Amino acid sequence: MTTRGTGPGDRLDPAEPAGSSSPRAGRGSKMLGSRAVLVSSASTVLFFAAIAVVIVLAPGSEVVAERFFSPFHLEQSFFGTASTPSVAGAFLLNVEIFMISEVLILILALVIAVVRGIPGPVFFPFRMVAVAYTDLFRGVPLILVLYMIGFGVPGLGLGVVSYLPDVTYGIIALVLVYSAYVAEVYRAGIESVHESQNAAARSLGLSRWQSLRFVILPQAVRRVIPPLLNDFIGLQKDTALVSVLGSIEAARAAQIYGASQFNYASYVVAALLFVLITIPLARFTDRLIARDKRRREAGAVA
Amino acid sequence: MKRTVLIGLLIASLLLVGCGGQGSGGSAEGGSGSEKSCDVKNPPLFKEGVLTVATDRPAYPPWFEGGPENYSGFEGEVANEVAERMDLPIEWVVEPFNKSYAPGAKDYDFDINEITITPEREQAVDFSEGYFDNAQGVLTMKDSPFADAETISDLKDAKFGAQVGTTGLEFINETIKPDEEPKIYDSTNDAKSALESGQIDAMVTDLVTTVYLRDFEIKNSVVVGKYPRNEQFGMLFEQGNPLVGCVNQVLGEMKEDGTLQKLEEKYLQQYLSVPTLKE
Repeated sequence: MTTRGTGPGDRLDPAEPAGSSSPRAGRGSKMLGSRAVLVSSASTVLFFAAIAVVIVLAPGSEVVAERFFSPFHLEQSFFGTASTPSVAGAFLLNVEIFMISEVLILILALVIAVVRGIPGPVFFPFRMVAVAYTDLFRGVPLILVLYMIGFGVPGLGLGVVSYLPDVTYGIIALVLVYSAYVAEVYRAGIESVHESQNAAARSLGLSRWQSLRFVILPQAVRRVIPPLLNDFIGLQKDTALVSVLGSIEAARAAQIYGASQFNYASYVVAALLFVLITIPLARFTDRLIARDKRRREAGAVA
Repeated sequence: MKRTVLIGLLIASLLLVGCGGQGSGGSAEGGSGSEKSCDVKNPPLFKEGVLTVATDRPAYPPWFEGGPENYSGFEGEVANEVAERMDLPIEWVVEPFNKSYAPGAKDYDFDINEITITPEREQAVDFSEGYFDNAQGVLTMKDSPFADAETISDLKDAKFGAQVGTTGLEFINETIKPDEEPKIYDSTNDAKSALESGQIDAMVTDLVTTVYLRDFEIKNSVVVGKYPRNEQFGMLFEQGNPLVGCVNQVLGEMKEDGTLQKLEEKYLQQYLSVPTLKE
């Protein structure tokens, strides 16, 4: 439930996307002998068994097991009770927030990235606004933006704008903050497309916009899909922060259960749910990276 | 290779789960035996010669007044009185509510922080005897349609808010059962902002806090009514801490000689005269 620690800039080197990770060895068991298989499984079992033994032999292990992994509390918090909401039910709100914000972020961030790249002195104020926007919203912690939008705007008493549901304010805050990150990812992608591509497109008679739309952006976006998905995994988890505005999502439901029953198993349930939806996205990212790599190794020009 | 790694993981996790299961079975018995003898002359303390007492920060009046070096206020004075009767100096430390039920040793003797005693919570910690009968209070704005509600059913259509971890939420869900899911906030302050800006129609928390908010914090607000739920505040101890016996003995004396009643009158009287909500 912490706010983001790293920006996309840290993990994106557009010049060589997905460059150095996982060398060729290790793909497929055919390349390894049966002895290697044996050794690897034995060491795996030993490794986890050692961890298990340490945990079980710890003096407080019984209490910790009861407080975090009690099957009774795992089940009860998953389904909820008369006085505490179901963690699983509340998780649907996380999914909803995530789905809506993701689409909005993709659009707003692209606009910001494109605006930032428009050449020409006339557009200087627009570029300046785009730069200020990314600087500001990447710097301010998400929770502060949530408070300012979620409690500040309703406090203004400005007609419709001030009487939206709290989840809407939460989504607005998420979109504002994440768009700043994602805009930088886009920008990195756009700048990674060689200038000759633009020159070639222009020489073929495409306008500046046509060149951007049909030549630059398709290449740029494809290159930044892995870091984009990485950001969205972060977004999935940060949906939990929207609960500060009042709505009950999974982490909050877990907290309510924990405070009512004095047991942390509900947090474990919430964590598992978050992991469960994160894993498919992570595997999908891996596949995209692998596909991209195959294409480039096959000599295809992106 | 992938497959064998998976199998290895599976075995390892089965091992883990198997052991975890045994562990949880063993500790379930530890819950009930809270009656332990304690020698008031020579009490078992976290820190030799000092009564270490915890509460959350910020601590709210009228429960706590002044600073941590010399808290007064109702709960502050109750703890001071307990320490005095045990002939010990008192030392205050900070314990966030969410941490108060964490497993493991506690680094204080007891926590006093408007914590309601419930059977579920007693599975994880030990409580002293109750030192205050709590009622829930419903706070709304004067111009709200719910300002003159007299019964619980008058409140059914209201949008409620409560602070996470309070029994106010349980009161909303179990007794009022409003049509709309209540909003839950991290702190009383957040609930207060939501009430003032119209995000919620009413907030529920303990009666004393609602009256305090009405009188000192939220202009044009009104306490609709109180609802006693047979709840008591208790001091929270690490499970199995024999000091509970000593504190209960002292609390018993304080009840008998009227000290507790006097402290309640001194600090809380003005907060308790509110009409009771009918069913």
